[in-house]
Amino acid sequence: MNEITLTVNGSVARVVVPARRLLSDCLRHDLGLTGTHVGCEHGVCGCCTVLLDGDPIRSCLMLAVTADGHEITTVEGLAGPGGELSPVQRAFHESHALQCGFCTPGFLCTVTALLRDNPAPTEAEALEGVSGNLCRCTGYQNIVKAVHRAAELTAEETGPDDDEAVR
Amino acid sequence: MTTKLFGEPIPRREDPRLLVGGGRYLDDLGPGALAAAFVRSPHAHARIAGVDVSDAVEVDGLVAIYLWEDLPDRVGEPLPLLIPHPALTHGRTAHPLARDVVRHVGEPVAMVVAVDRYTAEDVCALIRVDYEPLPPVVGPENAVQGSALVHADVPGNVGAHLVQEVGNAREAIEEAEHTLAFRLDVERSASMPLEGRGVYARWDSGDSSLRVYTSTQASTSVRMAIAATLELPLPSVEVVAPDVGGGFGVKIVHPWPEEILVPWACIRLGREVKWTEDRREHFISSAHERAQVQYVRVGFDSAGRVLGLELNILHDHGAYTPYGIIVPIITSTQALGPYKIGAYRVEFQSIYTNTVQVTPYRGAGRPQGVFAMERTMDRIADHLGLDRTEVRAANFIQPSEFPYDQGLTFQDGRPLIYDSGDYPASLELLKSLIDWDSFEERRAEAAAEGRRIGIGLGCYVEGTGVGPYEGGHVQVTSDGRVHVSTGLTSQGQGHETVFAQIVAEELGVDISDISVVTGDTRRFPYAVGTFASRAAVMSGNAIALATRKVRDKALRVAAEALEADPGDLEIVSGIVRVRGNPTAAIPLKTVAVLSNPLRYAFDAEAARATQFAAPGSPDEPPLKEEPGLEGRDYYSPIRSTFASGMHAAVVETDPVTAEIHILRYVVVHDCGKLINPLIVEGQIHGGVAQGVGGALYERMAYDEHGQLLNASFMDFLMPYATEIPRIETAHLETPSPLNPLGIKGAGEAGVIPVSAVVASAIEDAEGLVISRMPISPSDLYDLRLAAARGEAERTSRSAG
Repeated sequence: MNEITLTVNGSVARVVVPARRLLSDCLRHDLGLTGTHVGCEHGVCGCCTVLLDGDPIRSCLMLAVTADGHEITTVEGLAGPGGELSPVQRAFHESHALQCGFCTPGFLCTVTALLRDNPAPTEAEALEGVSGNLCRCTGYQNIVKAVHRAAELTAEETGPDDDEAVR
Repeated sequence: MTTKLFGEPIPRREDPRLLVGGGRYLDDLGPGALAAAFVRSPHAHARIAGVDVSDAVEVDGLVAIYLWEDLPDRVGEPLPLLIPHPALTHGRTAHPLARDVVRHVGEPVAMVVAVDRYTAEDVCALIRVDYEPLPPVVGPENAVQGSALVHADVPGNVGAHLVQEVGNAREAIEEAEHTLAFRLDVERSASMPLEGRGVYARWDSGDSSLRVYTSTQASTSVRMAIAATLELPLPSVEVVAPDVGGGFGVKIVHPWPEEILVPWACIRLGREVKWTEDRREHFISSAHERAQVQYVRVGFDSAGRVLGLELNILHDHGAYTPYGIIVPIITSTQALGPYKIGAYRVEFQSIYTNTVQVTPYRGAGRPQGVFAMERTMDRIADHLGLDRTEVRAANFIQPSEFPYDQGLTFQDGRPLIYDSGDYPASLELLKSLIDWDSFEERRAEAAAEGRRIGIGLGCYVEGTGVGPYEGGHVQVTSDGRVHVSTGLTSQGQGHETVFAQIVAEELGVDISDISVVTGDTRRFPYAVGTFASRAAVMSGNAIALATRKVRDKALRVAAEALEADPGDLEIVSGIVRVRGNPTAAIPLKTVAVLSNPLRYAFDAEAARATQFAAPGSPDEPPLKEEPGLEGRDYYSPIRSTFASGMHAAVVETDPVTAEIHILRYVVVHDCGKLINPLIVEGQIHGGVAQGVGGALYERMAYDEHGQLLNASFMDFLMPYATEIPRIETAHLETPSPLNPLGIKGAGEAGVIPVSAVVASAIEDAEGLVISRMPISPSDLYDLRLAAARGEAERTSRSAG
């Protein structure tokens, strides 16, 4: 057994895990953060995507011990401190970019990182940006739409002068 | 004031919880539960000679190992055959755990319960099963040879044989001016929801009650199956479908072995037990669909009118038939589409193979039927040198001809009578949206750039909203909140939103006061399930009828309080008021209080209904009808309602690499009155995406040993965003005369014609006859080589 320290959604968590524990299982079953979903456990579907030190990773392909000392953001950590939905979350709602909602946490994490790095993606960049996650319900059209809508919402909120600050 | 809600594209009310990780999917429940895992057969067909658990029992954390012989009589019986049919003369279902023989890779042999899933899988790996392999039967055409048998007592591997005929098709074909005959192939695919199946059971030994959560499309029927099999009193069993991460048909099958075994083990062990399916298990132990070989013979006149059509189908239903022969019945009947065919004969054989069982996947046999019919229409057009849209138009049922009786028996056992539709208008709209008539100019422009493009179309009719019934319950409580429940389940269709829209509009309350619960037998125990694009039609209408009961009651109670005539009252934003006199008004929440005569004032609102506050007439009993402002009602249609649609696509095929790109995809869709266009469009997008998967990418690659070679998302190619074209949609709204809301189902529509449309467009681009789907770049490349050798058929247009 290994004791590890993870900073998850801003809170420090100490967990004792066997070496083989997947990060996805650690988040879901040890920390009770069940918003991170597991769709294939072989790194293809992207449902388990979380942000590790800000970058999207497949939490089913990482052992929890490997994440020791790192910062993790899960879908539970995307909303603001008062629970207000992030621009990405609001855009998914407005654009009907989710149906069953199972893949949604992975898409939300992916798109959050995408827009941080590229606040105004082109159509091709938006499509490429979400093309590592599977969704069986939506046909993706509204997900791509939500990427653009989230970019708009973010821009409206930060204003043109703050553009650099966002980056 | 209450704004109009029926027909409005309001964003979904399910979203807020799902966007913050607040969904409750099966594996999110029961954090302390024991975990189950299964030993599954690695052989397609084998006799089990013995099972050795001597190493397995040494593992720390093991709780129990169960084999078939450990199950009590009733639990060990074969699973139910859900939909018997006289033509299914040799229906066979699996035992929950294999008894003596395994018949497909993935069939469960042993159940392990342990402290967690990791440990349970460790145990599974140490259980040694001694298999004596038997000859595997793979592919329906091999299977019907009957040289090896999937079930020793099913000769020729034929489970069912059914013929339906209207008129004398063979004679009509013989006498026709033109005839064609050809063979078509459709591969296997699968529903493949991103959340697999899963079951979690809790047993209260104190009061002997069982609660089961299962990722299902039919919680009420799972409940009855569990109660019957475990011999529990029905009132002691509750089944809840929590948030379900997609279904698309596979979760309508029930009870799965795990839905019996997990509750049984939970009771036996007195501990909570949970099983969550992993992806490989889903590939090899749930269900697939689509696979058919079809033989078509058609006779037609020079205008392209079909005079006789004969369709022979070999349907591969895999190792077992728990869902009967619904899929080939739907193929047989829905092949007719929007057409009046002179005479029609359809015959199918439903065949056992040593592969995963075949049960409905979104579309449920319709994509195959539409493929047969639309390929036929294209061949007729090519043979006669006519435009493909002209041939279709020549065969359409006309708007004046409804109700139109196709003369067959549909999947619900009722006559196949179409209720309404306007197929010529759909086709005109489709042609104009995709610029059908000017396509030759675009083809020439593309050709000038060295590019190869083609256009195609496909038409379908979809029987939706099959019976027997659904119900709804609507209750207004004394806080003014409106609680709605229906028994069928949700897997992402937005039922919490659309049913709330219906209630808000029917009752005259704000949607923010309404909550909707589906698939929870504690709230509504009577239901059929979510399949066949039936939820909006069935539960939507049932809830509307229940709401009307509540409204009538509210008006009666309010009329008495306001000393007005109920006919003069209206409900606006939760206030019952006299029309034209806004001062004479009473909130619905007060009406709710008054509808339940009380002795005890448990809060300030309740005080209004106590015996000295609301004395009433001393000559009448205080309670005049059932207490409470609530209503329950059911909707049971005489038969299905028939939605329709037409799709068209422009594809580009790479002259060198044979890559296939869909450049445009246009959908004209008619599901009657739309409750929420945003949600209907979402359903269409998702359906088309699954259709594109089935047309270009997805297949279940079984080898001759019955091994599924691509049982992972690495190898089974589900489309990502980059594979799905932008989908352009337009709606016609031809109301259904069969139900109070005038609606038809929309859930499956998107997927139905896609293979036919894509085949039509590729055929048009390439000038090569396309007769099997899906088609990959390699398939197309090989087809080109075959054509160059003179071994593949060219279209007359390209040949001539």
